[in-house]
Amino acid sequence: MQKYSVFSLVKNALTNHENWDLAWKDPTPKKEYDVVIIGGGGHGLATAYYLAKEHNITNVAIIEKGWIGGGNVGRNTTIIRSNYMHDDNALFSEFGMDLWRRMSQDLNYNVMFSPRGIINLAHSDAQMNSYARRGNSMRLNGIDAVLLNREEVREIIPMADFSENVRFPIFGGLMQPSAGTARHDAVAWGYARQADDMGVDIIQNCEVIGFDVSAGKINGVRTSRGDIKAKKIGLCVAGSTNILAEKLNMTLPIETHLLQACVSEPVKPVLDKVVTFGAGHFYISQSDKGEMVMGGDLDGYNSYAQRGNLPTLQHVLTEGIAMMPFLSKLKMLRTWGGIMDMSMDGSPIIDKTHIEGLYLNCGWCYGGFKATPASGWTFAHTIAQDRVHELNAGYSLNRFNTGHLLDEKGLGTKTWIS
Amino acid sequence: MLHIKCPHCGMRSQNEFSYGGDATIKRPELGKEISDQDWDNFVYNRKSLRGKHWELWQHLSGCRQWIKVQRDTATHEIFKTLKANEEIS
Repeated sequence: MQKYSVFSLVKNALTNHENWDLAWKDPTPKKEYDVVIIGGGGHGLATAYYLAKEHNITNVAIIEKGWIGGGNVGRNTTIIRSNYMHDDNALFSEFGMDLWRRMSQDLNYNVMFSPRGIINLAHSDAQMNSYARRGNSMRLNGIDAVLLNREEVREIIPMADFSENVRFPIFGGLMQPSAGTARHDAVAWGYARQADDMGVDIIQNCEVIGFDVSAGKINGVRTSRGDIKAKKIGLCVAGSTNILAEKLNMTLPIETHLLQACVSEPVKPVLDKVVTFGAGHFYISQSDKGEMVMGGDLDGYNSYAQRGNLPTLQHVLTEGIAMMPFLSKLKMLRTWGGIMDMSMDGSPIIDKTHIEGLYLNCGWCYGGFKATPASGWTFAHTIAQDRVHELNAGYSLNRFNTGHLLDEKGLGTKTWIS
Repeated sequence: MLHIKCPHCGMRSQNEFSYGGDATIKRPELGKEISDQDWDNFVYNRKSLRGKHWELWQHLSGCRQWIKVQRDTATHEIFKTLKANEEIS
């Protein structure tokens, strides 16, 4: 594989950029693989990469119904953070932060990781107390957290509404300085390019039609491009999890919901942090192109539409304008939606299943993108060793049965209850 | 925006309603011995399929009644609405 560097850039510039290698191949599926990963999104591509890199398993296929990176890894708001209170979430996410910091070097691909910091705003004394508790929990787990008072927040984001007579005044905030953003497509492409180089077959336009299961064991998968045998199959299909689960006669603690995001027209640099509104559900950052990248609540009812509905967008942007009034002057450039695998407690599932050789990676709710490297790393371990790693032990499927829920914020599927 | 025909009030905009999830889930009978798996299925496990889906909505800013709606989860087409006490046929 051609290494990307300033020298290769200069060299290829001299030949009008006509001699670059393809970043990944377009192979015909083989009859059999050691491992098949279903879903060519961030998590699936990362899983294949870590199977090859950490476990030396390279006879691997990724099968993807559409094109790689066309799902939620290309539709998110690119936020990366580990500001969790519960140990299982905190340690998993902080492990991921280490992988993010090294990712551009590891993948020889500039993922534009930008640790600009995230601020969760607080709008009451009670919320400040709860943020202090969460910040302390984070620090006990080795994650950086800073509790900011109103004046400190004002210094960092003066464009927020600090006037006295507002419905949700800013009391302060909790900041994780090491959190940030990354170029989401580059993450998918970087993992794909390295996985392909190590021998992984990336098979696009290949839809799963069914599974070959006998005597409680998985033997292979039936696809639109023929049957593929494999002793181990991993599901990384986010919002399509329920569709594949039905083909396996499984009913999961997951509902599929639609989440929207949007960007404004590009403006000059104004916001160098990720900021979340504490009195509702709204988050914002500014992209390198200058667009304000915004998102918030689910549309609120089961949906596979991959496009949003206006009442939710209006609700979310009302919160945004309450937090930063200047947003009302901006024109909307683009809105889009993605379908989320919303688990019932708001935390993911990375586990084995009752079918031998079938592994499950789903339930990412609002937080799939930032988990990409840690999810891939732990899922690869779970598949290769046929046992969960201690980092994803808390993300078990049977926790709903045993009552060991990981209810970080209660942002699961039942948003109408909250 | 969805337009939902409330069986009590007629056609209204989505803004007047709030969502209540899968309408086919039945609470296990009171006083009957049931397994953990039955509770699991009632509380957590959902089919959440692509296509026709019976679901509960509440006409929160209208008559405040709960209703049943059959909607396509991919196209948002609404086929049928029922009062809460009417059985899905």
